Amino acid sequence: MPAGPVSGPVASLVAGLVAIPLVTSIPGAARAGEAVGPPVRPDAIVGDAIPESLTGHPGDPARGRRIVADRTRGLCLLCHAGPFPEERFQGNLAPDLTGVGARRSAEALRLRLVDGRVLNPDTIMPSYYSLTNLDRVGRAWQGRPILDAGEIEDVVAFLATLREPATEAKPKESP
Amino acid sequence: MPRRSTVKPLALVACLLCGPPAGAGDGAPVDRRSGFDQMSPELRAMQRDDTANPGMLAVADGAELWGRPPASGKPSCAGCHGTAEAGMRGVAARYPAWDERTHRPIDLQGRIDQCRRERQGGEPLPHESPDILALTAFVSLQSRGLPIAPPGDTRLEPARAAGRALFARRMGQLGLSCAICHDDHWGRRLGSATIPQGHPTGYPLYRLEWQALGSLQRRLRNCLTGMRAEPFPDGAPDYTALELYLATRAAPLPVETPAIRP
Ligand code: HEC
Ligand code: HEC
Repeated sequence: MPAGPVSGPVASLVAGLVAIPLVTSIPGAARAGEAVGPPVRPDAIVGDAIPESLTGHPGDPARGRRIVADRTRGLCLLCHAGPFPEERFQGNLAPDLTGVGARRSAEALRLRLVDGRVLNPDTIMPSYYSLTNLDRVGRAWQGRPILDAGEIEDVVAFLATLREPATEAKPKESP
Repeated sequence: MPRRSTVKPLALVACLLCGPPAGAGDGAPVDRRSGFDQMSPELRAMQRDDTANPGMLAVADGAELWGRPPASGKPSCAGCHGTAEAGMRGVAARYPAWDERTHRPIDLQGRIDQCRRERQGGEPLPHESPDILALTAFVSLQSRGLPIAPPGDTRLEPARAAGRALFARRMGQLGLSCAICHDDHWGRRLGSATIPQGHPTGYPLYRLEWQALGSLQRRLRNCLTGMRAEPFPDGAPDYTALELYLATRAAPLPVETPAIRP
C-alpha cells in the first residue's frame, strides 16, 4: 500500500521565489497604461549614483529592513545573504549585503536598486524602480515598479546603516 | 556518490564578477544532473520506494483507466495497444514528437488526450485533471530508467529553436530568464530552494508543495509566475516548444516518472 501524501512542514520549508502563489490572480491589479515611462528621469543619474531622494525625503531604515527581509516584497534574501540572524534560508546568488553601507554611499546604493542595468547590462539583479526593457510582465505587475519611490528610499536608508563588516573577517578597527 | 553541494568560495566570486554568459541557451550544463540528486536523502528514498511514493497512487489509477472501456463503446486503451508494459515501453522518452495530423509538435499528454477524443469518442480532459495526469504517469512509468531520447525529426527544429530562445529570454517584472537560474546558477540557493538544472525527467510528478501530482506545464507556469511573467495559456505551443528544448537539453538522463520533488 502506498503511503498517504506527505504533508506540511517539509513543503513549507522550501517555499522560494518560485513558490509565491497566485500573483496573477489579484483582481483589479494595476494595469499597463496607468504609469508609463521610466519613473526616474535619466538626468537624475550622475556618474554611478542618483544623488537626490526619489521622494524628496529621507527613508525610514526600520521600514526598509522589513522590506528587505520580506520575501514577497523586497525579495532580496532570495538572492542575497545579510545580517538577518532571524531569517533562515538566505540566498547565495549575489554578494552578501553585510557592510554594504560602508562600501557604497547612499546615492550609489540608490542607483543600484533603481536600475542596476545602467552599470551592468548583464546584471541579474532586478531593476526595482524601472518600467523599461521588460518583457511579458505578468498582468498583476504591469505598469508599476517592483517597489515604489517611498519603499526605495526606506531600503536605501536601511542599507546605509549596514556598516559592520562580516563577523568572520571582523577587524577590531572600523573601516 | 559525492554531491555537488560545495561551491568553492573563490569560484563563486569569480562567477559573480564575470556575470552570465551571453546567449545563455548554449550554456546548458554539460554534466547533466537530475533534480533528484539535489534532494534530501529522505525524499530520494521516498521516490525510490514505490510503496512510499505517493505518485504511485496516480499510476494505479492510470492503470485502471488504461484497461477500462469508455462509455462510448469504443475500445479501451488496452484494446488498441495491448499491455502498456509492452506497447508503451520507451514512448515517453521520445516526446514531444511530431504530430502528422495537426502538423505540429505534440507532447505526451496531448497525444493521450488526442487518442481519447478521436479513437474513444471522449470529451477533452481538462489540463491538470486527475485522469489525464494518471494516464500520463502510467504511460511514462513504462519508460522509467530509459534515457530521454528526443526525436531527431527535422520538422521539430523550428519549435526546438523557439524553445531554446524562450529559455534564454528575460521575462517578467524581475527580468530573469530560465537560463539565468538553470544554466548559470543551478546548485545555488534561491532562498530556501536549491536551484536544479531544470530537467523534465520526472513528470508528471508528486510535489510536496503542491500536495499533488502535477504536469511539466504546471512546473513551467510556476517558474514563470515566480519571474512575475505572464504565464502562457494552458496548452499553448510555447510550452510544447519549451518542453522540446528541455528534452533535448536533458538527454540522455533517465526518465524518473513518477518523481518526487520538494
Ligand atoms: C535575482 C537576484 C537578486 C535580487 C532579488 C536582488 N539582488 Fe541585489 N544584486 C544581485 C547581484 C547578482 C548583484 C551583484 C552586482 C551585479 O550583478 O551587478 C547585486 C548587487 C547588489 C548591491 C550592490 C552591492 C555592492 O557591493 O555593490 C546592492 C546594494 C544590492 N544588490 C541590494 C539588493 C536589495 C536591497 C535587494 C532587494 C530589494 C536586492 N539586492 C535584490 C542580485 C539580486
Ligand atoms: C529565479 C529562478 C528561476 C527561474 C527564472 C526559473 N526557474 Fe525553473 N526552477 C527554479 C527552482 C528554485 C526550481 C525548483 C523548485 C523547488 O524544488 O522548490 C525550479 C524547477 C524547475 C523545473 C523542474 C526540475 C525538476 O527536477 O523537476 C523545470 C523543468 C524548470 N524549473 C524549468 C524552468 C523554465 C523552462 C524556466 C523559464 C520559463 C524557469 N524554470 C525559470 C528556479 C527558477
